[in-house]
Amino acid sequence: MSHAAALSGVQDDPHGEHPATSTGLDNKKLAIWAFIGSECMLFASLISTYLIYKGRSVVGPYPHDPCGPPNCSTNLHAILNIPVTSASTFVLLMSSLAMVLALAAVENADQPMPTELGPRLLRSSRLWLWMTAILGTTFLGFQAYEFTSFVHEGLTIRTNLFGSSFFTLTGFHGAHVTAGVLWLLTLLAIDYRRGLKPKDAINVDLAALYWHFVDVVWIAIFTLVYLIK
Amino acid sequence: MAHDNAHEHHANVDHTALGIEKEHPTWSTYWKVALILTLITALEVWVYYIPSFVASRAFVPTLLFLSVVKFAIVVLFYMHLRYDHKLFRAVFTGPLIIAMTTIVALLFLFGHLRIGAGAAG
Repeated sequence: MSHAAALSGVQDDPHGEHPATSTGLDNKKLAIWAFIGSECMLFASLISTYLIYKGRSVVGPYPHDPCGPPNCSTNLHAILNIPVTSASTFVLLMSSLAMVLALAAVENADQPMPTELGPRLLRSSRLWLWMTAILGTTFLGFQAYEFTSFVHEGLTIRTNLFGSSFFTLTGFHGAHVTAGVLWLLTLLAIDYRRGLKPKDAINVDLAALYWHFVDVVWIAIFTLVYLIK
Repeated sequence: MAHDNAHEHHANVDHTALGIEKEHPTWSTYWKVALILTLITALEVWVYYIPSFVASRAFVPTLLFLSVVKFAIVVLFYMHLRYDHKLFRAVFTGPLIIAMTTIVALLFLFGHLRIGAGAAG
């Protein structure tokens, strides 16, 4: 199957490596979209749980408001750190850019390598896969910092309704980012072992779709959890 | 641009036979999309720090609108949903509509939204 056909999801090689499907589409790509659709419903349930419990915590700390006795043992400020989360959001958005550039590099791996430095860098799948994995790991670092500081300020998953729903929602998202980073590392291992060719573009595309989905989920979380008071 | 030349290869593919509805974007488009996403995020954070705007009725709808725009941009351009087969669009948007409907229904059910009364807090 040609990589262009693979990326479009349409099989053009009924007698080749893969058998033709009843839809005429690549089953792996159809499956990842179906998986992403099911993930939409998973995160919708987590987000709706957070929204239902929003503002119903009996004791602090609270996300956007300061808290003092008797609801809190000491005076606490609003716990969400918007500047830090804005930085981590930017990092995740840039990781999506790196991911599409990695996919484009693999798609065009059979083209002659340009001599200029800029276009050469754009054609390096390893560079962009590494960049995506590093940015994803940086995002996880921000999340680890946030979770640690929250615990030090007295907010755990058992403290109140906000803590329970917040840690569950963002923890699930962080787990998805972790899985994405591991997936990227496997692609990098393949790239170092034998090089990623245009025929592998479908496999990179599957990872890219998953990665971008993790990004769009964070776009929703950033607005609904962090920005809307 | 020199780095867009790589996409000429795809222009030689028989799109009709392969069912490719539209050519995938070029690298320059990806950079522009990243810039737009960054600017929208900066705008979101900026309005968060304007107390008069936060207190206004426009605050939540504005943030939701900006979030939806970012969501749509990533899905359409980075996930190529604008360019790929329509069945993929259906497989994604169907569950997405169910998910959104579920969120709104639960917010009504638990009293966070009321018809004619707006947000109940």
